[in-house]
Amino acid sequence: MSNEIDTIRSLLPQAQRPDRSRRVDVGGLEVSVVEWGDESSQPLLLAHGGFDFAGTWDLFAPLLAKQGFRVVAWDQRGHGDSDMAALYTWEADMRDAAHVIESLGTRKPIPVLGHSKGGGMMNQLAEVLPHRVGAVINLDGIPNERGFTNQVDRSDMNALATELNAWLDHRRKAGQMSRRADTIEGLAARRKLMNPRLSNEWLKYLVTVGARCDDDGWRWKIDPTLRFGPSGAWRPEWSIPRLRGLHVPYLGVIGTVKEEMGWGTTPEEAFPILPEGAEFHALADTGHFVHIERPDYVAEITVDFLGRVL
Amino acid sequence: MTTTFLEHVRSRLALHELRDGQGQPLLILHGLGERSPDATPGAVQGWRGPIFALDFTGHGSSSVPVGGGYTCEALMSDADAVLAELGPVTLLGYGLGGYVGLLLFGSRPTEINGLIIMDGPGLDGGGGRPTSPRLLHVPSSHLDGSTPDPWALAELTSDIRPPSYAVDHVRQIQMMSELDIAVCVASLGRPEWLTAILESPVAVESDVAAALATFAAL
Repeated sequence: MSNEIDTIRSLLPQAQRPDRSRRVDVGGLEVSVVEWGDESSQPLLLAHGGFDFAGTWDLFAPLLAKQGFRVVAWDQRGHGDSDMAALYTWEADMRDAAHVIESLGTRKPIPVLGHSKGGGMMNQLAEVLPHRVGAVINLDGIPNERGFTNQVDRSDMNALATELNAWLDHRRKAGQMSRRADTIEGLAARRKLMNPRLSNEWLKYLVTVGARCDDDGWRWKIDPTLRFGPSGAWRPEWSIPRLRGLHVPYLGVIGTVKEEMGWGTTPEEAFPILPEGAEFHALADTGHFVHIERPDYVAEITVDFLGRVL
Repeated sequence: MTTTFLEHVRSRLALHELRDGQGQPLLILHGLGERSPDATPGAVQGWRGPIFALDFTGHGSSSVPVGGGYTCEALMSDADAVLAELGPVTLLGYGLGGYVGLLLFGSRPTEINGLIIMDGPGLDGGGGRPTSPRLLHVPSSHLDGSTPDPWALAELTSDIRPPSYAVDHVRQIQMMSELDIAVCVASLGRPEWLTAILESPVAVESDVAAALATFAAL
């Protein structure tokens, strides 16, 4: 088995597992925190997207660590190696993020970087803890009025009823569910459906860090009770004026190719709502996972930005 | 009173049968921080069918999750576990339970035989629009596993209840339930979401006795 893992990982020598890992109590639950780079360097917090995990930074984080950052990431509750919870909300994830920052042992403001949902979380973190956030880098997590591409159209009654029924039906069975066991290739192929632009080599690598090997095959570690939806009461347009109100150095990066997991925000929608003085890059021929499709370039503009604003 | 426990997702939910009866079951949903009544409330003594009451997650005799994360949708799912157990019911909800009942009715419009909304804790939630975001905090010394869970009290008094979201649900009831009158509002309280649903022809103001009579006749 370890030979198979070694072979898969050897095909992506630029990907590196973290240098350190620890667990942080977030109020009874524990989340897994990992770090790349020298412990005495400038901390930089990374927040992954929904249904991802800290291992999805294995390509990108080492590039930042090489440039002198202590790169810190955590698995959100129910994801990766963190504890599973009985209940999940955005607000609980926000509290967990604050606990991770608290665990860094510094009261100085630190730069934060988030992808997708993690980008939205870091936007909010800069609002609720402005004295702890020194800069925000948002990777394809800039809101628009339509919400996520997979969010239901509430004006379509059948769509709403279908979403709510499917979510409740899932909950009725969720307590007995486990993730489906498969081969490494099988899990990678299933993830490809949601990450169609990412290479098979990368997706297989992700299986080796984000799944566990049971007697009957590989399973993603993510909590099987988690499921997209329901959209709930939150309206995506509410976060737009909040973004404009942030007074922190801000770098926004979006991919311009729409895909399943993306929010579909266009450059024309994104730029006008960013904080005053924000820097903005819209990457051509790049999808939602900007830091995985173009790790070197996104790391370069991130380091350049932080070098000027910190 | 007899109590059964439903294993639902990662919760163990206490479902109390307050009284036996013949006919359509009535399910009582308590308010925020409350628990099911020990005996049949006087207001519903006239109901002829069996009367049940559910303790939501983190309340009464139900289990207490670690680390919070409460949403009204999760509590709606608790009540849906009772539908899976009992089949169609008539709902009577106090405060928070009234709002959760509306969400469930809108989600399962053919499996609820009427909803009565009563005054009670948690009727308003956090209002109709977001206010300044903040990180909620509960001291760890307050988290001893007893009910009500302090996280429930903190999170469910700040959840946003936009009128449009409530209207989406009552519209589903209007279009998909076969009831001419489906929601009876017996509360004095009128948070924005409740005022908004009264615009629907299937939602009416009514005292509880008349509401029970309406739904008992179904």
